[in-house]
Amino acid sequence: MSRPTFAGDLSRLPDHAFGHRSLTWWGVMGFITVEAAGFALAAGAYFYLANQVPRWPPDHPPPDLLWSGLFTALLLLSEVPNVWLKKAAEGMDLRRTRLGLVAVVLAGAVLLGIRALEFTTLNVRWDENAYGSILWALLLLHTVHLLTDWVDTGVLAALMFTRHVNPRRFVDTSENALYWHFVVLTWLPVYAILYWAPRWM
Amino acid sequence: MNRPLRLLPLLAPLLLLAGCDGAGVQSVLDPAGPQADRIDIVWRLMLWVCGAFYLMVLGFLAVAVLRHRRRRRAEGEPPEPHPGREGGLRAALAGWVGLIALGLLTLIAASYVVDRRLAHASGKQGLNVQVTAHQWWWEVEYLDEDPSKRFKTANELRLPAGVPVRIELRSSDVIHSFWVPNLHGKLDLIPGRANEIHLIPERTGRFRGQCAEFCGLQHAHMAFDVTVEERGAFEAWRAHQVTTAAEPATELARKGREHFETSHCAMCHAIRGTKAAGSVAPDLTHLAGRATIAAGALPNTRGNLAAWIADPQGIKPGSRMPFIGLEPDELDALTAYLETLR
Amino acid sequence: MSVAAAHPLSHGGPEEPRRDGPDLPEAETHARLERTWGTAATFWGWLTTVDHKLVGRRYIVTGFAFFLLAGLMGLAMRLQLATPESGLISPDRYNQIFSMHGTTMMFLFAVPIGEAVAVYLIPLMVGTRNIAFPRLNAFSYWVYLSGGVMIHVAFVMDVGPETGWFSYVPLAGPEYSPGKRTDFWAQMITFTEVSALAVAVEIIATVFKMRAPGMSLNRMPLFVWAMLVTSFMVVFAMPAVMLASSFLISDRLVSTHFFNPAEGGDALLWQHLFWFFGHPEVYIIFIPALGMVSAITETFCRRPVFGYAAMVLALVTIGFLGFGLWVHHMFATGLPRLGHSFFTAASMLIAIPSGIQIFCWIATMFGGRPRFDTPLLFVAGFIVVFVLGGLTGVMLASVPLDLQLHDSYFVVAHLHYVLIGGAVFPLFGAFYFWFPKITGRMLDERLGRWNFWLLAVGFNVAFFPMHWLGLIGMPRRVYTYPEGLGWEVWNQVSTAGALMVAAGVALFLLNVALSLRAGRPAGPDPWGAPSLEWATASPPPSYNFAHIPVVASRTPLWDAPGGLPVMSGLKVDERELLLTTLHDARPDLREPSPEPSIWPLVAALAVTVLFVGSIFSAWAVVWGSVPVAAALVLWFWPKGGHRGNEVEQ
Repeated sequence: MSRPTFAGDLSRLPDHAFGHRSLTWWGVMGFITVEAAGFALAAGAYFYLANQVPRWPPDHPPPDLLWSGLFTALLLLSEVPNVWLKKAAEGMDLRRTRLGLVAVVLAGAVLLGIRALEFTTLNVRWDENAYGSILWALLLLHTVHLLTDWVDTGVLAALMFTRHVNPRRFVDTSENALYWHFVVLTWLPVYAILYWAPRWM
Repeated sequence: MNRPLRLLPLLAPLLLLAGCDGAGVQSVLDPAGPQADRIDIVWRLMLWVCGAFYLMVLGFLAVAVLRHRRRRRAEGEPPEPHPGREGGLRAALAGWVGLIALGLLTLIAASYVVDRRLAHASGKQGLNVQVTAHQWWWEVEYLDEDPSKRFKTANELRLPAGVPVRIELRSSDVIHSFWVPNLHGKLDLIPGRANEIHLIPERTGRFRGQCAEFCGLQHAHMAFDVTVEERGAFEAWRAHQVTTAAEPATELARKGREHFETSHCAMCHAIRGTKAAGSVAPDLTHLAGRATIAAGALPNTRGNLAAWIADPQGIKPGSRMPFIGLEPDELDALTAYLETLR
Repeated sequence: MSVAAAHPLSHGGPEEPRRDGPDLPEAETHARLERTWGTAATFWGWLTTVDHKLVGRRYIVTGFAFFLLAGLMGLAMRLQLATPESGLISPDRYNQIFSMHGTTMMFLFAVPIGEAVAVYLIPLMVGTRNIAFPRLNAFSYWVYLSGGVMIHVAFVMDVGPETGWFSYVPLAGPEYSPGKRTDFWAQMITFTEVSALAVAVEIIATVFKMRAPGMSLNRMPLFVWAMLVTSFMVVFAMPAVMLASSFLISDRLVSTHFFNPAEGGDALLWQHLFWFFGHPEVYIIFIPALGMVSAITETFCRRPVFGYAAMVLALVTIGFLGFGLWVHHMFATGLPRLGHSFFTAASMLIAIPSGIQIFCWIATMFGGRPRFDTPLLFVAGFIVVFVLGGLTGVMLASVPLDLQLHDSYFVVAHLHYVLIGGAVFPLFGAFYFWFPKITGRMLDERLGRWNFWLLAVGFNVAFFPMHWLGLIGMPRRVYTYPEGLGWEVWNQVSTAGALMVAAGVALFLLNVALSLRAGRPAGPDPWGAPSLEWATASPPPSYNFAHIPVVASRTPLWDAPGGLPVMSGLKVDERELLLTTLHDARPDLREPSPEPSIWPLVAALAVTVLFVGSIFSAWAVVWGSVPVAAALVLWFWPKGGHRGNEVEQ
């Protein structure tokens, strides 16, 4: 076969990078965009249903503020270890990355526990009326994301204690921290809608 | 080679169309009132404008295709864009976009104007009717300020020519759609909501309406008769509809009434003036005056009536009227009685 | 970029990985790459492959199989409707058939086939070795297959959905649709949407990050642009239908009240959510076809498509505008009049970018030297048929006129003109165009012409009369109709046309069968086309290209007749490909690419159990998640420790 013309050499290129240079970043961002669209539409459905009735909530007191308030505060606080973890991963500092991952896993476990309690003080069941249904739907949607990210973080933490540590794991960790940002950021509007909108409307 | 053949799909339908004029009792193209008429104007405008654009596209395509037939087919030559022509084509593209924009603006404006005109009918006072759709029949109630002048009928609408009518549209179960193409466009009947359609029938005649939103098993058999008549005739009909059912004249018919009042029939149907006061099925007080039965499924004849009562599931499987299993003499009596309900 | 010199690494000692380049003989490069990237010709190999071409081929075949099934259902419908009160098919069965026809065509054929062609072609067209996230790609195929099989099994067992492909509530709700039929439908949505979303993310990542050096965004083939726009639309539109179908399942299974007006829910919420997805959906179906039309037109007119920038802008505009039209499906529901004018205008304005594209394709023919082989015939057919459908769409955009024509056979005519004209004709053209690349053989030209004419004439005979039927009052979704309204003769004509279409499709299948066995062998580039997929063998080797090509124009093969320059330096004994920068495609990273794996299939099976289980019990969501989680963890758990640099502890 005839010899091709070689115009350049790729062997010196690095084999990993952080941020949007990494392919997995695009995958994570794609997933985040899909889920964000879902959240936005669910929020739209909430207000659409609210518009159908004169009083909102129709027959119930709004959901309690205790556990949700605690959850929100702790979730925002969890950004501290999360940001620290992201920096550690980008610096490829193994000891700090391990610490950060464990911290986020612990924080996640506490948060999930509080979220479980939150479900018990919503003051309405999902099958009572449309208000109950959309309330539970939005809260469940967020909980599923919290749970999946928590499992994700757990798996990464485990991996960081094995022989599979290499630069790509640090990239994965950095991107997982990005996903945690998403979990925190989506909670804020959902919190405002579920807990405060009924009190203001 | 086969270029002339390419034109065939175009011409054939046009030839077929030439033999049709769209007249009919359930036709968009045969308006019997100003609403349908105005929509028909939009249709014609659209046909001309869109037709013109279609011919332009086909013309351009034909030119592009035919101009190369004269040249010999040159296989294997290196491909080469012709930059000289690009400037002309660019100008043509700009012109084309401008033309499309102009055409669309015309159509948007026409659509808007007609939409506003259609809303005019809602300001006028006239007749008030409430239609409630069920799976798979139409409950029709003529409203009036005086409660003694209200009455219910089913699967038919009679309207006086030239009088604006406001039809309130509700549904008792799933989404249906009220469509009488000779008079107006359609509007949905949605459970939990009340819609309103306003129309002014002008031409007298018999028309047909049909449910136009898939509503389940017998969506195909959910039609209704619409009769537009002179005001005098309409008032006479309305005055008669308010009255209770006629007394049966024969022994057979009396037996039929008795059977109706004491058996399954009365559980669902009402005949005013008798003991039958069911409310989940069509009101049969003046059944014999209707042109069709079973929501337009069959012409209202003795034979069809008997067949329907004997085996509704055979004619309209899935309809809410159950198979009862009557003896022949019971069926005979019932049919005789129902035929007296003018 | 340094000019290649004798590279020490390509001598390949035991420590240094071998790389492609001037120091490794070509024959050895090909052999090593084949060993690295190849899929074993065993059943296990077939189950575990992550080669986008193999996954793409099975996607295409499966999608086409669903097309045939749905086509048979359409034929059954036409046979029933040929005569009034025909009695051939019972109302319940007919309602299942028309629901399955629409559902299968829209969810199991039209969207997946565009994605399937993209999965096969995009990596080749952009000059890389595999698609991004190849295991996700394999997973998305299995999930798609599961959903399609599930709903057809339900149909065969007489529990198929029977409330239409759009499943309006309350008809599809728990009260009026008892049993599991609608639940199968709603869950099938979940399967297909998960699959489509995954592929969309893969395509975006591939197009943005894996293009050949020199293929800046404004040098990408129009098909690649089309798939990029489509993928973004998928990302924003599909969540709407997933939300809607989840709400529906939830109303039916655990008594929520999203759509129950008696408890504050709203029947129209379903329509808003569904059509917010549903309108972009038709563009998701249509835009890939536009890309195919561009690829075919430029090849067979032997010049680049006229007005590249206008074409790209038109695609992007359609992508955006497509999200602003959905209410035109709801004009008859009695919404406030204020909204009417906006949605009428938006629905009509989308004719502008479409009009631009039609002009540009015809201008390409005008200014080029067209060769009317079968693919270009289908493009001409597309123009004739689709434009008519687009114009009836402009008609339907007008609210007053729509109030008459909505839900009548006029709409049935319109939608088939735009979907068959706009997507199926280009697809057949694409089959004739790319079949040689995929299989290494040409399809027969003569059979191709017969195929085209039968389809073109048959389609018009089948569907043109439906415009008339709608105008003379025939509503849609009816299992029969009465005598005496003048509908009989046109229904008969339509059925005759449907039989012609069936004959055309049968001829296509015959052509494929004969050509697979004895078609003329195709070289790498039988048509003289300009884009990168034609720069490699037919069918392409598992690694696509021996060396990553370098691109300097929009039509690389036309502008480098002596052969494309290439890059050296990627490993040949490990799976490695190149990531480039987003805008200018400068080489940026070497990216390891995943090996074949069984986990995508296992995960797909676990997901299937979860989804099907949740039709019957809400708790399935909980206990079904465990195997899914396990499969995903095992999927991502790295193998061995030899890849990448070990970090000093």
